[in-house]
Amino acid sequence: MSELKRTPLYDLHVELGAKMVPFAGYEMPVQYPLGVMKEHLHTRAKAGLFDVSHMGQVIVPGEDAAEAFEALVPVSLMGLKEGRQRYAMFTDENGGILDDLMVANRGDHLFVVVNAACKEDDIAHMRAHLESVEELTDRALLALQGPAAEGVLEALVPGTAKMRFMDVGVYNWNGAELWISRSGYTGEDGYEISVPADRAVEFARKLLADEAVEPIGLGARDSLRLEAGLCLYGHDIDTTTTPVEGNIAWAIQKVRRKGGEREGGFPGADRILSELENGPSRLRLGLRPEGRAPMREGVEIFAEAEGGDPIGRVTSGGFGPSIEAPMAMAYLPAGTEEGTTVYGEVRGKRLPAKVVPMPFRPATYKR
Amino acid sequence: MKFTEDHEWLKTEGDVVIVGITEHASEQLGDVVFVELPDVGDTVEKGDEICVIESVKAASDILAPLGGEIVAINEDLADNPGLVNEDPLGKAWFFKMKLTDASALDGFMDEAAYKDFIG
Repeated sequence: MSELKRTPLYDLHVELGAKMVPFAGYEMPVQYPLGVMKEHLHTRAKAGLFDVSHMGQVIVPGEDAAEAFEALVPVSLMGLKEGRQRYAMFTDENGGILDDLMVANRGDHLFVVVNAACKEDDIAHMRAHLESVEELTDRALLALQGPAAEGVLEALVPGTAKMRFMDVGVYNWNGAELWISRSGYTGEDGYEISVPADRAVEFARKLLADEAVEPIGLGARDSLRLEAGLCLYGHDIDTTTTPVEGNIAWAIQKVRRKGGEREGGFPGADRILSELENGPSRLRLGLRPEGRAPMREGVEIFAEAEGGDPIGRVTSGGFGPSIEAPMAMAYLPAGTEEGTTVYGEVRGKRLPAKVVPMPFRPATYKR
Repeated sequence: MKFTEDHEWLKTEGDVVIVGITEHASEQLGDVVFVELPDVGDTVEKGDEICVIESVKAASDILAPLGGEIVAINEDLADNPGLVNEDPLGKAWFFKMKLTDASALDGFMDEAAYKDFIG
Protein backbone atom coordinates (compact mmCIF):
# COMPACT_ATOMS: atom_id res chain seq x y z
CA MET A 1 0.00 0.00 0.00
CA SER A 2 1.28 3.49 -0.82
CA GLU A 3 1.90 5.83 2.08
CA LEU A 4 -1.15 6.73 4.12
CA LYS A 5 -2.17 10.31 4.75
CA ARG A 6 -2.95 11.69 8.18
CA THR A 7 -5.55 14.23 9.20
CA PRO A 8 -4.63 17.23 11.39
CA LEU A 9 -6.09 15.26 14.33
CA TYR A 10 -3.84 12.20 13.94
CA ASP A 11 -1.70 12.83 17.04
CA LEU A 12 -4.80 13.51 19.12
CA HIS A 13 -6.34 10.18 18.05
CA VAL A 14 -3.20 8.33 19.10
CA GLU A 15 -3.09 10.23 22.39
CA LEU A 16 -6.73 9.25 23.02
CA GLY A 17 -5.82 5.60 22.55
CA ALA A 18 -7.45 5.07 19.17
CA LYS A 19 -6.81 1.98 17.13
CA MET A 20 -5.73 3.37 13.77
CA VAL A 21 -6.51 1.60 10.49
CA PRO A 22 -6.05 2.40 6.79
CA PHE A 23 -9.24 3.87 5.36
CA ALA A 24 -9.61 5.55 1.95
CA GLY A 25 -5.90 6.37 1.86
CA TYR A 26 -5.80 7.73 5.41
CA GLU A 27 -4.79 6.40 8.80
CA MET A 28 -8.06 6.76 10.67
CA PRO A 29 -9.35 5.81 14.13
CA VAL A 30 -11.61 2.74 13.89
CA GLN A 31 -12.32 2.74 17.62
CA TYR A 32 -11.17 4.23 20.92
CA PRO A 33 -10.78 2.38 24.23
CA LEU A 34 -14.56 2.62 24.84
CA GLY A 35 -15.15 0.15 21.97
CA VAL A 36 -17.53 0.22 19.03
CA MET A 37 -20.67 -0.81 20.92
CA LYS A 38 -20.32 1.77 23.71
CA GLU A 39 -19.23 4.48 21.28
CA HIS A 40 -22.37 3.84 19.27
CA LEU A 41 -24.65 3.93 22.32
CA HIS A 42 -22.89 7.00 23.72
CA THR A 43 -23.54 8.91 20.49
CA ARG A 44 -27.24 8.01 20.67
CA ALA A 45 -27.43 8.97 24.36
CA LYS A 46 -25.17 12.04 24.55
CA ALA A 47 -22.71 13.23 21.91
CA GLY A 48 -19.96 11.74 19.77
CA LEU A 49 -17.09 13.58 18.10
CA PHE A 50 -15.96 12.20 14.75
CA ASP A 51 -12.93 13.21 12.68
CA VAL A 52 -14.14 13.33 9.08
CA SER A 53 -11.22 15.41 7.82
CA HIS A 54 -10.40 12.73 5.27
CA MET A 55 -13.43 13.84 3.27
CA GLY A 56 -12.92 16.39 0.52
CA GLN A 57 -13.90 20.02 1.03
CA VAL A 58 -14.33 21.99 -2.16
CA ILE A 59 -15.37 25.54 -3.05
CA VAL A 60 -17.05 26.28 -6.36
CA PRO A 61 -17.05 30.07 -6.70
CA GLY A 62 -19.38 32.23 -8.72
CA GLU A 63 -22.96 33.45 -8.56
CA ASP A 64 -23.84 31.05 -11.37
CA ALA A 65 -22.08 28.03 -9.82
CA ALA A 66 -25.41 26.39 -8.96
CA GLU A 67 -26.58 26.48 -12.56
CA ALA A 68 -23.33 24.99 -13.86
CA PHE A 69 -23.25 22.37 -11.07
CA GLU A 70 -26.73 21.18 -12.01
CA ALA A 71 -25.22 19.70 -15.18
CA LEU A 72 -23.47 17.13 -12.95
CA VAL A 73 -26.22 16.16 -10.49
CA PRO A 74 -29.93 15.28 -10.71
CA VAL A 75 -30.64 17.65 -7.84
CA SER A 76 -32.07 21.18 -7.84
CA LEU A 77 -29.30 23.52 -6.77
CA MET A 78 -30.76 26.67 -8.29
CA GLY A 79 -33.63 26.08 -5.91
CA LEU A 80 -31.30 25.79 -2.92
CA LYS A 81 -31.56 28.92 -0.79
CA GLU A 82 -28.54 30.71 0.59
CA GLY A 83 -27.57 29.25 3.96
CA ARG A 84 -28.99 25.81 3.12
CA GLN A 85 -27.40 22.47 2.27
CA ARG A 86 -28.64 19.55 0.20
CA TYR A 87 -27.71 15.91 -0.46
CA ALA A 88 -26.72 15.18 -4.06
CA MET A 89 -24.94 12.60 -6.19
CA PHE A 90 -22.67 12.76 -9.23
CA THR A 91 -24.00 10.46 -11.95
CA ASP A 92 -22.37 8.98 -15.03
CA GLU A 93 -23.68 8.55 -18.59
CA ASN A 94 -25.30 5.23 -17.66
CA GLY A 95 -27.11 6.69 -14.68
CA GLY A 96 -24.68 5.07 -12.21
CA ILE A 97 -23.51 6.97 -9.14
CA LEU A 98 -19.94 8.32 -9.12
CA ASP A 99 -20.22 9.61 -5.56
CA ASP A 100 -22.70 11.08 -3.12
CA LEU A 101 -22.04 14.49 -1.66
CA MET A 102 -23.32 17.49 0.25
CA VAL A 103 -23.72 20.87 -1.43
CA ALA A 104 -24.26 24.11 0.48
CA ASN A 105 -25.27 27.46 -0.99
CA ARG A 106 -23.08 30.08 0.67
CA GLY A 107 -24.12 33.07 -1.40
CA ASP A 108 -21.34 33.76 -3.85
CA HIS A 109 -20.15 30.14 -3.92
CA LEU A 110 -21.08 26.53 -3.31
CA PHE A 111 -19.37 24.55 -0.56
CA VAL A 112 -19.15 20.86 -1.43
CA VAL A 113 -18.19 17.88 0.75
CA VAL A 114 -17.30 14.62 -1.02
CA ASN A 115 -16.19 11.15 0.06
CA ALA A 116 -12.50 10.57 0.79
CA ALA A 117 -12.14 7.57 -1.53
CA CYS A 118 -13.68 9.47 -4.44
CA LYS A 119 -12.32 12.95 -3.91
CA GLU A 120 -9.58 12.94 -6.55
CA ASP A 121 -11.95 11.66 -9.21
CA ASP A 122 -14.68 14.03 -8.06
CA ILE A 123 -12.41 17.04 -8.27
CA ALA A 124 -11.19 16.03 -11.74
CA HIS A 125 -14.82 15.54 -12.78
CA MET A 126 -15.79 18.98 -11.44
CA ARG A 127 -12.75 20.65 -13.04
CA ALA A 128 -13.66 19.12 -16.40
CA HIS A 129 -17.13 20.68 -16.26
CA LEU A 130 -16.89 23.79 -14.10
CA GLU A 131 -14.96 26.99 -14.61
CA SER A 132 -13.37 27.15 -11.17
CA VAL A 133 -12.95 24.50 -8.48
CA GLU A 134 -10.87 25.02 -5.34
CA GLU A 135 -9.98 22.05 -3.17
CA LEU A 136 -9.38 23.11 0.43
CA THR A 137 -6.50 21.29 2.05
CA ASP A 138 -6.07 23.59 5.03
CA ARG A 139 -9.28 22.76 6.86
CA ALA A 140 -10.23 19.86 9.09
CA LEU A 141 -13.80 18.56 9.32
CA LEU A 142 -15.39 17.40 12.56
CA ALA A 143 -18.83 15.94 13.18
CA LEU A 144 -20.51 16.36 16.55
CA GLN A 145 -23.53 14.07 16.71
CA GLY A 146 -26.16 13.13 19.26
CA PRO A 147 -28.81 14.68 21.51
CA ALA A 148 -26.26 16.63 23.59
CA ALA A 149 -24.54 18.10 20.50
CA GLU A 150 -26.75 21.20 20.48
CA GLY A 151 -26.00 22.17 24.07
CA VAL A 152 -22.30 21.43 23.79
CA LEU A 153 -21.80 23.47 20.64
CA GLU A 154 -24.04 26.37 21.72
CA ALA A 155 -21.90 26.80 24.84
CA LEU A 156 -18.79 27.21 22.68
CA VAL A 157 -20.28 28.84 19.60
CA PRO A 158 -23.36 30.88 20.54
CA GLY A 159 -26.09 31.00 17.89
CA THR A 160 -25.67 27.46 16.61
CA ALA A 161 -28.62 26.08 18.61
CA LYS A 162 -31.05 28.02 16.48
CA MET A 163 -29.86 26.37 13.25
CA ARG A 164 -32.37 24.01 11.65
CA PHE A 165 -31.53 20.67 9.99
CA MET A 166 -29.43 21.39 6.86
CA ASP A 167 -28.82 25.06 7.71
CA VAL A 168 -25.25 26.25 7.12
CA GLY A 169 -23.49 29.28 8.57
CA VAL A 170 -20.14 30.89 9.31
CA TYR A 171 -19.29 31.39 12.99
CA ASN A 172 -16.34 32.76 14.86
CA TRP A 173 -14.62 30.83 17.63
CA ASN A 174 -11.70 32.61 19.30
CA GLY A 175 -10.64 34.09 16.01
CA ALA A 176 -11.06 30.89 14.02
CA GLU A 177 -13.64 30.90 11.24
CA LEU A 178 -15.91 27.86 11.59
CA TRP A 179 -18.17 26.73 8.78
CA ILE A 180 -20.99 24.88 10.44
CA SER A 181 -23.86 22.84 9.03
CA ARG A 182 -26.59 21.21 11.08
CA SER A 183 -26.21 17.79 9.55
CA GLY A 184 -24.34 14.54 9.90
CA TYR A 185 -24.52 10.90 8.97
CA THR A 186 -25.66 9.09 12.09
CA GLY A 187 -29.42 9.73 12.12
CA GLU A 188 -28.85 11.97 15.13
CA ASP A 189 -29.25 15.69 15.50
CA GLY A 190 -25.83 17.28 15.21
CA TYR A 191 -23.36 19.36 13.31
CA GLU A 192 -20.51 19.14 10.85
CA ILE A 193 -17.87 21.75 11.50
CA SER A 194 -15.14 22.79 9.09
CA VAL A 195 -12.31 24.30 11.10
CA PRO A 196 -8.92 25.72 10.01
CA ALA A 197 -6.42 22.85 10.20
CA ASP A 198 -4.11 24.70 12.60
CA ARG A 199 -6.94 25.21 15.11
CA ALA A 200 -8.52 21.76 14.75
CA VAL A 201 -6.86 20.03 17.70
CA GLU A 202 -7.55 22.96 20.02
CA PHE A 203 -11.21 23.02 18.99
CA ALA A 204 -11.57 19.23 19.23
CA ARG A 205 -10.08 19.30 22.74
CA LYS A 206 -12.59 21.98 23.75
CA LEU A 207 -15.46 19.77 22.57
CA LEU A 208 -13.98 16.70 24.27
CA ALA A 209 -13.59 18.65 27.51
CA ASP A 210 -17.38 18.53 27.83
CA GLU A 211 -18.27 15.41 29.76
CA ALA A 212 -21.11 14.68 27.33
CA VAL A 213 -18.65 14.19 24.45
CA GLU A 214 -16.65 11.06 23.61
CA PRO A 215 -14.43 10.54 20.56
CA ILE A 216 -16.01 8.04 18.16
CA GLY A 217 -14.30 5.95 15.49
CA LEU A 218 -15.20 4.63 12.07
CA GLY A 219 -16.61 1.38 13.50
CA ALA A 220 -19.45 3.12 15.31
CA ARG A 221 -19.85 5.62 12.48
CA ASP A 222 -20.69 2.66 10.26
CA SER A 223 -23.20 1.04 12.62
CA LEU A 224 -24.82 4.42 13.31
CA ARG A 225 -25.29 5.26 9.64
CA LEU A 226 -26.56 1.77 8.93
CA GLU A 227 -29.21 2.00 11.67
CA ALA A 228 -30.17 5.34 10.13
CA GLY A 229 -30.67 3.61 6.75
CA LEU A 230 -28.03 5.79 5.08
CA CYS A 231 -25.97 4.65 2.08
CA LEU A 232 -22.24 4.11 2.18
CA TYR A 233 -20.61 4.87 -1.16
CA GLY A 234 -18.74 1.90 -2.62
CA HIS A 235 -21.01 -0.50 -0.76
CA ASP A 236 -24.70 0.43 -1.01
CA ILE A 237 -24.32 2.67 -4.03
CA ASP A 238 -21.71 2.82 -6.81
CA THR A 239 -21.45 3.12 -10.59
CA THR A 240 -23.57 -0.03 -11.04
CA THR A 241 -26.54 1.46 -9.16
CA THR A 242 -28.72 4.40 -10.17
CA PRO A 243 -30.13 6.86 -7.62
CA VAL A 244 -33.58 5.32 -8.19
CA GLU A 245 -32.36 1.76 -7.56
CA GLY A 246 -30.40 3.07 -4.59
CA ASN A 247 -33.67 4.35 -3.09
CA ILE A 248 -32.34 7.90 -2.88
CA ALA A 249 -34.73 9.28 -5.49
CA TRP A 250 -36.15 11.51 -2.72
CA ALA A 251 -33.07 13.66 -3.32
CA ILE A 252 -34.21 14.36 -6.90
CA GLN A 253 -36.53 17.38 -6.81
CA LYS A 254 -39.53 17.78 -9.10
CA VAL A 255 -37.92 20.49 -11.24
CA ARG A 256 -35.31 18.02 -12.49
CA ARG A 257 -37.82 15.24 -13.19
CA LYS A 258 -39.92 14.66 -16.33
CA GLY A 259 -42.17 17.67 -16.92
CA GLY A 260 -40.17 19.80 -14.48
CA GLU A 261 -38.89 23.27 -15.28
CA ARG A 262 -35.27 22.07 -15.55
CA GLU A 263 -35.95 18.49 -16.59
CA GLY A 264 -32.88 16.29 -17.07
CA GLY A 265 -29.65 17.83 -18.27
CA PHE A 266 -27.46 15.67 -16.01
CA PRO A 267 -25.41 12.58 -16.95
CA GLY A 268 -27.56 9.45 -17.29
CA ALA A 269 -30.79 11.50 -17.31
CA ASP A 270 -32.52 9.22 -19.84
CA ARG A 271 -32.25 6.16 -17.66
CA ILE A 272 -32.84 7.91 -14.35
CA LEU A 273 -35.91 9.83 -15.56
CA SER A 274 -37.33 6.67 -17.10
CA GLU A 275 -36.80 4.73 -13.85
CA LEU A 276 -38.49 7.54 -11.91
CA GLU A 277 -41.51 7.23 -14.24
CA ASN A 278 -41.71 3.48 -14.67
CA GLY A 279 -39.96 2.17 -11.59
CA PRO A 280 -36.57 0.46 -11.42
CA SER A 281 -36.17 -3.31 -11.68
CA ARG A 282 -34.46 -3.54 -8.28
CA LEU A 283 -34.36 -1.42 -5.17
CA ARG A 284 -32.21 -1.02 -2.06
CA LEU A 285 -34.37 -2.34 0.78
CA GLY A 286 -33.95 -2.93 4.50
CA LEU A 287 -33.73 -6.41 6.02
CA ARG A 288 -34.10 -7.57 9.60
CA PRO A 289 -32.59 -11.07 9.99
CA GLU A 290 -34.74 -13.06 12.39
CA GLY A 291 -32.01 -14.60 14.54
CA ARG A 292 -28.97 -12.90 16.01
CA ALA A 293 -26.59 -13.78 13.17
CA PRO A 294 -25.66 -10.66 11.16
CA MET A 295 -25.96 -10.81 7.37
CA ARG A 296 -22.95 -8.90 6.13
CA GLU A 297 -21.96 -7.44 2.77
CA GLY A 298 -21.96 -10.05 0.03
CA VAL A 299 -24.56 -12.40 1.57
CA GLU A 300 -26.82 -13.65 -1.21
CA ILE A 301 -30.56 -13.38 -0.77
CA PHE A 302 -33.02 -16.04 -1.94
CA ALA A 303 -36.81 -16.04 -2.20
CA GLU A 304 -37.12 -19.52 -0.72
CA ALA A 305 -35.51 -21.52 2.07
CA GLU A 306 -34.25 -24.01 -0.51
CA GLY A 307 -33.32 -23.96 -4.18
CA GLY A 308 -33.64 -21.25 -6.77
CA ASP A 309 -31.26 -18.53 -7.87
CA PRO A 310 -30.37 -15.55 -5.69
CA ILE A 311 -32.74 -12.58 -5.99
CA GLY A 312 -30.36 -10.09 -4.44
CA ARG A 313 -27.30 -9.41 -2.35
CA VAL A 314 -26.53 -7.63 0.90
CA THR A 315 -24.58 -4.41 0.37
CA SER A 316 -24.12 -3.48 4.06
CA GLY A 317 -25.01 -5.43 7.11
CA GLY A 318 -24.13 -5.80 10.73
CA PHE A 319 -25.43 -5.60 14.24
CA GLY A 320 -27.32 -2.52 15.41
CA PRO A 321 -26.33 -1.74 18.99
CA SER A 322 -29.38 0.53 19.52
CA ILE A 323 -31.93 -1.82 18.00
CA GLU A 324 -30.09 -4.76 19.62
CA ALA A 325 -30.51 -6.84 16.49
CA PRO A 326 -28.87 -7.49 13.17
CA MET A 327 -29.83 -5.35 10.18
CA ALA A 328 -28.88 -5.24 6.53
CA MET A 329 -29.44 -3.44 3.26
CA ALA A 330 -29.85 -5.43 0.07
CA TYR A 331 -30.84 -4.93 -3.54
CA LEU A 332 -34.04 -6.89 -4.15
CA PRO A 333 -36.58 -7.03 -6.99
CA ALA A 334 -38.46 -3.71 -6.90
CA GLY A 335 -41.86 -5.31 -6.25
CA THR A 336 -40.73 -6.98 -3.01
CA GLU A 337 -43.18 -5.85 -0.34
CA GLU A 338 -42.44 -4.94 3.23
CA GLY A 339 -43.12 -7.88 5.52
CA THR A 340 -41.96 -10.43 2.94
CA THR A 341 -39.66 -13.12 4.34
CA VAL A 342 -36.54 -13.76 2.29
CA TYR A 343 -33.50 -15.93 3.06
CA GLY A 344 -29.89 -14.90 3.36
CA GLU A 345 -27.26 -17.59 2.87
CA VAL A 346 -24.82 -17.27 5.76
CA ARG A 347 -21.99 -19.82 5.82
CA GLY A 348 -24.01 -22.24 3.71
CA LYS A 349 -27.22 -21.95 5.74
CA ARG A 350 -30.29 -20.05 4.62
CA LEU A 351 -31.56 -17.85 7.42
CA PRO A 352 -34.87 -15.96 7.31
CA ALA A 353 -34.99 -12.17 7.20
CA LYS A 354 -37.93 -9.80 6.93
CA VAL A 355 -38.09 -6.91 4.46
CA VAL A 356 -38.65 -3.84 6.62
CA PRO A 357 -38.87 -0.08 6.16
CA MET A 358 -35.76 2.01 6.78
CA PRO A 359 -34.40 3.67 8.83
CA PHE A 360 -34.02 0.80 11.27
CA ARG A 361 -34.07 3.40 14.00
CA PRO A 362 -35.95 6.70 13.48
CA ALA A 363 -33.81 9.80 12.95
CA THR A 364 -33.95 12.67 15.43
CA TYR A 365 -33.07 15.63 13.19
CA LYS A 366 -34.14 19.17 14.28
CA ARG A 367 -36.51 20.18 11.48
CA MET B 1 -4.75 -24.28 31.44
CA LYS B 2 -3.07 -24.58 28.02
CA PHE B 3 -3.08 -22.09 25.17
CA THR B 4 -3.01 -22.36 21.37
CA GLU B 5 -1.46 -20.02 18.82
CA ASP B 6 -5.02 -19.30 17.68
CA HIS B 7 -5.68 -17.70 21.09
CA GLU B 8 -7.81 -20.47 22.49
CA TRP B 9 -7.53 -21.82 26.01
CA LEU B 10 -7.94 -25.49 26.87
CA LYS B 11 -8.78 -26.83 30.28
CA THR B 12 -9.01 -30.52 31.08
CA GLU B 13 -11.91 -31.81 33.16
CA GLY B 14 -11.59 -35.56 33.51
CA ASP B 15 -11.35 -36.97 30.02
CA VAL B 16 -12.83 -33.94 28.26
CA VAL B 17 -11.30 -30.60 27.27
CA ILE B 18 -13.13 -27.31 27.69
CA VAL B 19 -12.34 -24.75 24.99
CA GLY B 20 -12.68 -20.97 25.08
CA ILE B 21 -10.85 -17.93 23.77
CA THR B 22 -8.34 -15.81 25.64
CA GLU B 23 -8.82 -12.31 27.00
CA HIS B 24 -6.38 -11.10 24.38
CA ALA B 25 -8.53 -12.59 21.59
CA SER B 26 -11.73 -11.21 23.09
CA GLU B 27 -10.19 -7.72 23.22
CA GLN B 28 -9.06 -7.99 19.61
CA LEU B 29 -12.50 -9.11 18.47
CA GLY B 30 -14.35 -6.24 20.11
CA ASP B 31 -17.98 -6.50 21.18
CA VAL B 32 -19.29 -9.97 20.40
CA VAL B 33 -22.89 -10.00 19.18
CA PHE B 34 -23.44 -13.57 18.04
CA VAL B 35 -21.83 -16.96 18.48
CA GLU B 36 -22.53 -19.93 16.23
CA LEU B 37 -21.71 -23.17 18.05
CA PRO B 38 -21.18 -26.71 16.75
CA ASP B 39 -23.66 -29.48 17.49
CA VAL B 40 -23.18 -31.96 20.28
CA GLY B 41 -22.07 -35.22 18.70
CA ASP B 42 -20.09 -33.55 15.88
CA THR B 43 -16.78 -35.23 15.19
CA VAL B 44 -14.08 -32.75 14.29
CA GLU B 45 -10.49 -32.81 13.13
CA LYS B 46 -7.75 -30.46 14.19
CA GLY B 47 -8.07 -27.18 12.30
CA ASP B 48 -11.78 -27.55 11.41
CA GLU B 49 -13.77 -24.33 11.65
CA ILE B 50 -16.27 -25.23 14.33
CA CYS B 51 -17.51 -21.94 15.82
CA VAL B 52 -18.11 -18.53 14.38
CA ILE B 53 -17.88 -15.43 16.53
CA GLU B 54 -19.55 -12.36 15.11
CA SER B 55 -18.41 -9.10 16.61
CA VAL B 56 -19.75 -5.68 15.64
CA LYS B 57 -16.80 -5.57 13.28
CA ALA B 58 -16.56 -8.94 11.57
CA ALA B 59 -17.00 -12.70 11.71
CA SER B 60 -14.10 -14.82 13.02
CA ASP B 61 -13.70 -18.57 13.25
CA ILE B 62 -12.71 -20.75 16.13
CA LEU B 63 -10.75 -23.75 14.95
CA ALA B 64 -10.77 -27.15 16.57
CA PRO B 65 -7.52 -27.28 18.56
CA LEU B 66 -7.46 -31.07 18.28
CA GLY B 67 -9.46 -33.93 16.86
CA GLY B 68 -12.33 -35.36 18.86
CA GLU B 69 -16.04 -35.37 19.54
CA ILE B 70 -18.09 -32.40 20.75
CA VAL B 71 -19.78 -33.51 23.96
CA ALA B 72 -21.26 -30.22 25.22
CA ILE B 73 -21.83 -26.64 24.03
CA ASN B 74 -22.38 -23.49 26.06
CA GLU B 75 -26.04 -22.62 25.42
CA ASP B 76 -25.72 -19.41 27.47
CA LEU B 77 -23.75 -17.83 24.63
CA ALA B 78 -26.79 -17.95 22.35
CA ASP B 79 -28.73 -15.58 24.60
CA ASN B 80 -25.80 -13.62 25.93
CA PRO B 81 -22.91 -13.45 23.44
CA GLY B 82 -21.52 -10.50 25.42
CA LEU B 83 -20.20 -13.05 27.95
CA VAL B 84 -17.27 -13.53 25.58
CA ASN B 85 -16.15 -9.98 26.42
CA GLU B 86 -17.14 -10.07 30.08
CA ASP B 87 -15.70 -13.37 31.17
CA PRO B 88 -13.74 -15.04 28.35
CA LEU B 89 -11.80 -17.38 30.66
CA GLY B 90 -14.82 -18.42 32.70
CA LYS B 91 -18.51 -18.28 31.82
CA ALA B 92 -17.83 -17.86 28.10
CA TRP B 93 -16.46 -21.33 27.39
CA PHE B 94 -17.53 -22.46 23.92
CA PHE B 95 -17.61 -26.25 23.87
CA LYS B 96 -16.33 -29.39 25.53
CA MET B 97 -14.73 -32.13 23.49
CA LYS B 98 -13.53 -35.65 24.05
CA LEU B 99 -10.11 -35.95 22.46
CA THR B 100 -9.19 -38.70 20.03
CA ASP B 101 -5.65 -38.56 21.42
CA ALA B 102 -5.37 -36.94 24.88
CA SER B 103 -1.57 -36.91 24.82
CA ALA B 104 -1.69 -34.33 21.99
CA LEU B 105 -2.45 -31.71 24.65
CA ASP B 106 1.14 -31.71 25.79
CA GLY B 107 2.27 -29.70 22.78
CA PHE B 108 0.41 -26.52 23.75
CA MET B 109 1.75 -23.44 25.55
CA ASP B 110 1.37 -22.84 29.25
CA GLU B 111 0.33 -19.41 30.50
CA ALA B 112 3.85 -17.99 30.68
CA ALA B 113 4.65 -19.15 27.16
CA TYR B 114 1.37 -17.72 25.87
CA LYS B 115 2.09 -14.34 27.50
CA ASP B 116 5.45 -14.31 25.70
CA PHE B 117 3.68 -15.30 22.49
CA ILE B 118 1.30 -12.34 22.53
CA GLY B 119 4.06 -10.01 23.66
